[in-house]
Amino acid sequence: MTHAGSERVSLDPRFAPPFPEAALIMLRNPQLRKNVGHAIDVIQTKRGKLVVEKTDWQELRSAASAIRVHALENLGVYLEEFEARCTAAGGHVHWAADAAEARQIILDLLREENASEVIKIKTMTSAEIQLNPFLQAAGVNVYETDLAEIILQLGEGEPSHIVVPALHINRSQVREIFARTMGLKNLSDDPKELTNAARTYLRQKFLTVPTAISGANFLIAESGTVSVVESEGNGRMCLTLPRTLISLVGIEKVLPRFQDLEVMLQLLARSATGERMNPYTSLWTGVSPGDGPQKFHVVLLDNGRSRILAKTKERQTLKCIRCAACMNTCPVYRQTGGHAYGSVYPGPIGAILTPQLMQMKYAQTLPYASSLCGACYEVCPVKINIPEVLLELRSQVVNQERKQAGRFFDLMYLGLRIANLIFATAWGFHAAQRMGRIGLRFFTSKDGWIHSLPSLGAKWTQTRDLRGLPKQTFHQWWATHAKEEK
Amino acid sequence: MRASLFITCYNDTLFPEIGRAVVRLLERLGVTLDFHPRQTCCGQMHANTGFRGEAFSQAKRFVRLYQDSENVVIPSSSCVAMIRDQYPGIFAELGNESLHKDFAALVPRVYELSEFLIDKLGVEDVGATFTHRVVYHASCHGVRALQLGERPYKLMAKVRGLDLATMANVDRCCGFGGTFSVKNAEVSSAMLTAKLQDVLATKAEYCTALDNSCLMHLGGAMHREYAGMKTIHLAQILASTEADSEDNRTEAAQ
Repeated sequence: MTHAGSERVSLDPRFAPPFPEAALIMLRNPQLRKNVGHAIDVIQTKRGKLVVEKTDWQELRSAASAIRVHALENLGVYLEEFEARCTAAGGHVHWAADAAEARQIILDLLREENASEVIKIKTMTSAEIQLNPFLQAAGVNVYETDLAEIILQLGEGEPSHIVVPALHINRSQVREIFARTMGLKNLSDDPKELTNAARTYLRQKFLTVPTAISGANFLIAESGTVSVVESEGNGRMCLTLPRTLISLVGIEKVLPRFQDLEVMLQLLARSATGERMNPYTSLWTGVSPGDGPQKFHVVLLDNGRSRILAKTKERQTLKCIRCAACMNTCPVYRQTGGHAYGSVYPGPIGAILTPQLMQMKYAQTLPYASSLCGACYEVCPVKINIPEVLLELRSQVVNQERKQAGRFFDLMYLGLRIANLIFATAWGFHAAQRMGRIGLRFFTSKDGWIHSLPSLGAKWTQTRDLRGLPKQTFHQWWATHAKEEK
Repeated sequence: MRASLFITCYNDTLFPEIGRAVVRLLERLGVTLDFHPRQTCCGQMHANTGFRGEAFSQAKRFVRLYQDSENVVIPSSSCVAMIRDQYPGIFAELGNESLHKDFAALVPRVYELSEFLIDKLGVEDVGATFTHRVVYHASCHGVRALQLGERPYKLMAKVRGLDLATMANVDRCCGFGGTFSVKNAEVSSAMLTAKLQDVLATKAEYCTALDNSCLMHLGGAMHREYAGMKTIHLAQILASTEADSEDNRTEAAQ
């Protein structure tokens, strides 16, 4: 028997199944879909109320977009400024070109400390570079401290959301995981009791483990400051109690000025969790003697980001501040949850970010995991035009695939090539309509509807009917209508 | 006022009654319509699937056919969105200077049906009667790409006898998404089922929209499920008058 939330899924895009296949597994899990639907409804309702009360919401979005665009267009300048300020304040800045380099830097830093244990704040960037399994294999015990991450770590599950990683797990499933792994047989599914169980488990780690790993929401160039926003306070513990702190941060997270936080923090909490302000906002600059960690390292991670930065249409992907509003509003994510995306970054932002981080060598089905409904763009606090990037990536996928010999007879490719010829002339279009009418007659029932089609058409008729083709097209009707008029 | 009707490829082939309704409606309002016999497709299907080169040839064809039109009316939000939102990028990548210029001159004269009625003709009351309970599906392209806003509601408010139902999650996608419905058929079907729950909960007789693609999707499921609700394009409702509402109902029920 598989335990709650521990269904085998791969979030490594190199090995994950294509989206339609992975989605089907999720669609067949009614409990998961119910959990996801319920959780995002709660967040979305809270968000909706708080967005309405901000009369300057659209101006804030524009300002945030402008700040992010400016930061990205001058990324080199601001990263070097951050490095200089952070170093001057006693921090150490390391540059990692890819995941392997980042993992090695972090392991080397831990070895310098003789660390056999490390506590962690939720960081999707560390999931991106698969840090935990690497450290475990190297003999370092990793303890997640975010409630959702504890649930996943103890339940051996994978994150399905970037803000609420255990969104797909409900509290009775959490109870099962805690009762089993913490040996608490009489635990109830009362949220207070569950939180207390986690607190007892955590307190001992906070007090005894001297090394911590975090991510960051923002880097401030002008002051060399790092910022983490969170809800639970576990982050504050990790950031203040240990002797040594290592923060792994994507290079795109930099903001030019301290003042830019004013805009970002107003948008981020509302978009992410539906709160006016997140409960804990930590800001620190290098080290302060006698207060907090005395050794502080920042690992700046590229891992494909500068390649994205070099492309004009795709660059906007890097504006993302990881609020997850796009996945909360996405009607596709709503049905499938996050695991179907086969990436630690699911939902609409994952559908554009993941294939790009993979240099378009993997996850090519993700740009198609969208009906292009545009809800993601509408809610995005930094105005990433996700549908536009999806279309750009689809075009790149087609350009890649059409060179492959096998694609010549792929039905979708064949169909679209023929359609292009058909639409090139009115003659061709009208001939195709006549042929379609004759061809479909065979499949049309007496009631004038088509209930079953072969081949690609079966994808439609598996759940919907299709009205049979009418006897007269509009342009044929127009020809007689126009004559009558004269 | 003169206007060219771009009926769109799928309406021409599958839903000629929508074209007939648009003609009745606009001619009743005094618009002189013409219909370019060489029109085919706007290129949306190709563009949305990633076939940009193919989409370009259709986009170019559209501009060349309509560049001299006084106005172009299109009873399909997603096709108008294709023209407004995607043509500029496609032309920037593959087109030349003259095509770009001709497109820029043409695009302000391209209207979705409800835009043409309200923004160009300045009418809200089109003299329609439709004595039924109706639910409006705010299609993705209408509500988010074209920002149609209050336009369809203003038009429906002036239709005599129309009882407008309110629907939960009115602007949530029905799951069609063009080739998405085939490439991701299972997810699309799950989205459709969720949408249909909201639509059917309104207990309306008809579900209307300004996009026949959504209606084809919803209607196909309604027919499969014996749901007892029918789909009807807003143009058909607006074309209905007291005298012929019986005929129209018969036609819509086909």
